Amino acid sequence: MKMKSLLQVVATGAAVALFVLPAAASEVRLTGSGASFPAPIYTTWFKQFTRANKGIQVNYQAKGSGAGIRDFMNHTVDFAASDAAMKDEEIAKVAEGVQLLPMTAGEIVLAYNLDGVKGLNLPRSVYPGIFLGKIKKWNDPAIVAANPGVTLPDEEITVVTRADSSGTTFVFTKHLCAISPDFESGPGTGKTVNWPSEAKMVKAPKNDGVTATIKQTPGAIGYIEYGFARMSKLEMASLENKEGHFVAPGLEGGQAALANAVIPENMIVWLPDPAGVDSYPMATYTWMMFYKKYDSPEKAEALRKMVIYCLDEGQKIADKAGYIPLPANVVEKVRAASANIQ
Amino acid sequence: MAMKQLSGAEESHSLSRPPSSVDILFDKSFRALTCTFTWATILLLAFIVYKIGRQAIPAVSTYGLGFLTSTTWDVNAHEFGILPEIWGTLYSSFLALFLGGFFGITIAIFLTQDFLPHKLEMILKNIIELLAAIPSVVYGLWGIYVLIPLIRPVADLLHDNLGWIPFFSTSLSGPGMFPAVLVLSIMILPTVAAISQDAFRAIPHKTKEAAFGMGTTRWEAILRVMLPTASGGIFGALVLGFGRALGETMALAMLVGNANEISLSLFAPANTLAALLALNFPEAGELEASVLMYAACVLLLITLLVNIAGAAIISRTGSGGKK
Repeated sequence: MKMKSLLQVVATGAAVALFVLPAAASEVRLTGSGASFPAPIYTTWFKQFTRANKGIQVNYQAKGSGAGIRDFMNHTVDFAASDAAMKDEEIAKVAEGVQLLPMTAGEIVLAYNLDGVKGLNLPRSVYPGIFLGKIKKWNDPAIVAANPGVTLPDEEITVVTRADSSGTTFVFTKHLCAISPDFESGPGTGKTVNWPSEAKMVKAPKNDGVTATIKQTPGAIGYIEYGFARMSKLEMASLENKEGHFVAPGLEGGQAALANAVIPENMIVWLPDPAGVDSYPMATYTWMMFYKKYDSPEKAEALRKMVIYCLDEGQKIADKAGYIPLPANVVEKVRAASANIQ
Repeated sequence: MAMKQLSGAEESHSLSRPPSSVDILFDKSFRALTCTFTWATILLLAFIVYKIGRQAIPAVSTYGLGFLTSTTWDVNAHEFGILPEIWGTLYSSFLALFLGGFFGITIAIFLTQDFLPHKLEMILKNIIELLAAIPSVVYGLWGIYVLIPLIRPVADLLHDNLGWIPFFSTSLSGPGMFPAVLVLSIMILPTVAAISQDAFRAIPHKTKEAAFGMGTTRWEAILRVMLPTASGGIFGALVLGFGRALGETMALAMLVGNANEISLSLFAPANTLAALLALNFPEAGELEASVLMYAACVLLLITLLVNIAGAAIISRTGSGGKK
């Protein structure tokens, strides 16, 4: 931080000396890093925000949730973003205090590659079994029973998981643990878990790597962000929710899932198995983290402005970008909480 | 003439004269500079090893040598072992060396032993060296989108008909050892080909003429005379190629399947040390980072051993050639 402000002083000094532009001194630069899952929408927001607000520059680096938290705790950034929120002990290590704000929400889908099979139904007794390596064939009786009228091939299932540590895996395994005791006592929840060793279990790096692998492998299934699956036109499975209904991923299912969650004081809420007839079972918020106290009031003000912009203007483009807009009551809660950034 | 030269020397106008103080200064400072750079490089290496080693200490003291023989990698249970990665690194590198080495040396023979007009040789040589300029991630993407669909029918055929051979015992699910090895061998091909070509070009023309003079055919000359004479250089090329294969990261991370598994099957997913490091570092916690540093030390050690072994063999074959 010190280094940075020193650099800023030098840079500003140089600018003033060279161009005699006192206006340059009022430019506020905000740097953030973290989650790659919301990065496409964040970068769009920040670009538009910068255009609408002269004198504020926002830079965001999609390094991954864990790297973002580390940067945030080392004070090398002004804000960070994470899909796995922040642990209590991590929050306790930040002297200025931490304000977490959910900014958008997304869905995780099971995308698959089966010739001619559209809108596959996967019961909640089945898909944890696939990811545990227990259900190995596409024409397994349990899958056939849930898909009347669909001819499923006698083909082995290739399961694609994430090779790198990721918030997507965290949310996905949290859901699997919530619905399957076998999964909970086996791999468990985490940003990386110990997937069973099978010849038909492959791993690929990042959301795009998993997407590409599913697309190139007949008989593959894997978990990716909704936006990625939609962009690459992969088939997505309808999943059985808590009430026993099969729900396809998309805006309605996601919004229904979010509607059932109550946001607590610290703004961290998980939906491992949302209730509601229309809820898609795998939806999650994603957070930005701010310090409660900033050295420069201009910076704090710019950050508050940025949050409000994301809430008011940003949510409008969320659906188009493949994310779920925040429900109205959440928007108001976040707006109120953003006042804590000082 | 002689008189003139002598007198010239006295007036120090000739080519040979004692060095001036500027020359001496230049010479000394050049020496100092090169010496500094050499030591700086060595110190830099020492510093890197020290840094990695120090960060690895917590992991080394926790997991000890069991780390090298355990096969579990479970971040949540704090259980770490890299035997599958060590196996995958060596297995993929050896296979790639076998393939890339064979083709690399063949290319070097083809391009240096007067099979083609000189101009065409130069063009082909440059094109092959261009392979080295392709970024690793492009190789990875090419592997996923082009190579895997291309080899899938072959792999399925081999698995269906020759599944009893351990190398073909599983069916190819996409990313796996085989596509990774193919891409890896293409990546080390330019290194092997270029250095082997230099080794062949370094042989004096007389050697070949002498072989022909003794009545050898062209193939006898190449296989019995040229190849053994160039063997030191070719071996150096193979060692360098192997080193590159060991450390190759991104293309492998995308193609190898990243599964913690030890399998002889070419179509099974595997993992390598470099891919493990690259994929897990960005999100690693404190302990995991230390464990990864430990794995990095192991990779460094493997590379070092390979280089030492390579150097030893080269020096031995070199002395053997002189006899």
